[in-house]
Amino acid sequence: MSELSATAGIDLHAQRVRKFRIQDLFFHRTTQLFALVVLASLVGILVSLSFEAWPSLKTFGPAFLWTNIWSVPDDEFGALAAIYGTVTTSVIALLIAVPVSFGIALFLTETCPVWLRRPLGTAIELLAGIPSIVYGIWGLFIFAPLFADYIQPPLQELFGNVPVIGSWFSGPPIGIGIMTASIVLALMVIPFIASVMRDVFETVPDVLRESAYAMGCTTWEVVRNIVLPYTRVGVIGGIMLGLGRALGETMAVTFVIGNANRINPGLFSPGTSIASTLANEFGEASPGLHFSSLFALGLVLFILTFIVLAISRWLISRSMGSEGL
Amino acid sequence: MHTLNKLAQSTLAAAMGLAFSVSVLAADITGAGATFPYAVYTKWAEAYQSATGSKVNYQGIGSSGGIKQIKAKTVDFGGTDAPLSESELTQSNLVQVPTVMGGVTIVVNLPGIESGKLKLDGVTAANIFRGAIPKWNDPAIAKLNPGVSLPDLPITISHRSDGSGTTYVFTNYLAKQSMAFKRDVGADKTVNWPSNAVGGKGNPGVAANVQKIKGAIGYVDIADAMKNNMDFVALKNRAGNYVVPSQEAVADAAAGANFHVKGMAPDLLDQTSKNAWPITSATFVLAYEKGSDPARQKGVVDFFSWSLNNGQKMAEELGFVALPPNVVKMVEAEMQNIK
Repeated sequence: MSELSATAGIDLHAQRVRKFRIQDLFFHRTTQLFALVVLASLVGILVSLSFEAWPSLKTFGPAFLWTNIWSVPDDEFGALAAIYGTVTTSVIALLIAVPVSFGIALFLTETCPVWLRRPLGTAIELLAGIPSIVYGIWGLFIFAPLFADYIQPPLQELFGNVPVIGSWFSGPPIGIGIMTASIVLALMVIPFIASVMRDVFETVPDVLRESAYAMGCTTWEVVRNIVLPYTRVGVIGGIMLGLGRALGETMAVTFVIGNANRINPGLFSPGTSIASTLANEFGEASPGLHFSSLFALGLVLFILTFIVLAISRWLISRSMGSEGL
Repeated sequence: MHTLNKLAQSTLAAAMGLAFSVSVLAADITGAGATFPYAVYTKWAEAYQSATGSKVNYQGIGSSGGIKQIKAKTVDFGGTDAPLSESELTQSNLVQVPTVMGGVTIVVNLPGIESGKLKLDGVTAANIFRGAIPKWNDPAIAKLNPGVSLPDLPITISHRSDGSGTTYVFTNYLAKQSMAFKRDVGADKTVNWPSNAVGGKGNPGVAANVQKIKGAIGYVDIADAMKNNMDFVALKNRAGNYVVPSQEAVADAAAGANFHVKGMAPDLLDQTSKNAWPITSATFVLAYEKGSDPARQKGVVDFFSWSLNNGQKMAEELGFVALPPNVVKMVEAEMQNIK
């Protein structure tokens, strides 16, 4: 009798285990499917971009990448001006945004009075949530005129006659151009970089930090020798996140970059970026080389973003390696 | 009893006929294309729906998109600012008719000079827009404006950065005035502006750039120029008169044009009438000569016949210019081919 109930108990147990196993398998397969959808859409986008871009790539060859011409009437296209604008605005934006974000994050984690931490942190996160078109409209209607009247003329006076960098500040002070786009982009990526940096700075164990202070380190020495080495990976990740956003930003840049499909030497002159060219010209592009070249531009942006991602992975793995982690 | 039966029969037949005709009338139609006439088409659609109960849905996706969609048969009619040529129409079996007209005007930001006081002729305008005249006090401009004190300001060209029918019309006008403009800049929906030109997105983008940048010159639809209260120039027309942009001047340009051509798209640029506004254009709809759904084909014809006869005032309130009455008659005749 008791033997019987024991076998029944084992059966019941086996049944439950089987049920759990099926559940687990189901769960595993479902989540796997979701993950595969991401992979499939990535490959799908790449394939369809390449397919649509093919006529253009076939006509212009790899020279598409370094030809500085974008002429719809003549049906001749090259991506250089757009690549130049995209890279220049993103790099300048990072040059401005990284130090500022670093300062924000440091202040919030190291020296900020506790009562101010939450409101400041929330404000930064709110800034990150503003739609990019709002930055664009603000840039065009408020920032550009101020920039033209109060910032460009003094900068031109200051640097205009300095050799080499003088030409960067040439061009009529109209408030619209590569520099304005870079500054607006910087404002847009600061919240991203700053909030990531703040989060990673907070992960530094208090023991390390307090030991350093106990040894008589200044705040800067603690940051330089304890916080930064400990959080290097996260900091690089945050910067790359900002760079990714800057490279692909469309509407805000379109409003203030001036949309000239050329390379002008001055940073105050109008230029264009890949994303803004796409936003401007897709609507009225007639089928043929123009349409196909726009897809080719999209493909270039895709690859550019991929390269940035690859470099950041490499940087992260290298710094992890040197830490012996 | 017999008569009663007959009466019942005929009533039934009448009711069925009514039901049938209502179903033909009530075909909801869809169109897509040019953004320039978007405001007037949606206004007409609203009024048409309250008058007849039939729905018309128009999406402003751009002229090229409109042509693509009608060729792919995904819409019942397409809208375009750049008319298709006769051979393209024959090849795709499409009927093309004009619906409303508009004008493009040159707008400027010149402190100290009143709106309409600056005079330009076509060649000088072309030279400015191809970047050959760097400053406002250039002798070429001064020659046309004796007695006006022109500022020593650099000229900043402001243009549409998005491909646009407005650019198409404007550059075609300038290309007619100057071979050099045609060679350097071109005439299309997107062209090669000089390197220091500033591109703004949409008419509002150009308007904002011109209003913010001192010494700027740009081009927008007359309706937008008036809505934004912008400073325009007086432009010399073919007859040699300096005219300021207005709905009357646009209508005057159309009065002199010959619409008796296939596609009904005569060149309205630089017309010879005395007060004609030189940069005048019409916008067009495209529909299939033989469609798969007669009810929807009839819906297109009904909608535009109704609008051309009842919607003139609505169009004018929005800054568009109505077609002259004789052209409306011709459009109605041409639309008989949409079956």
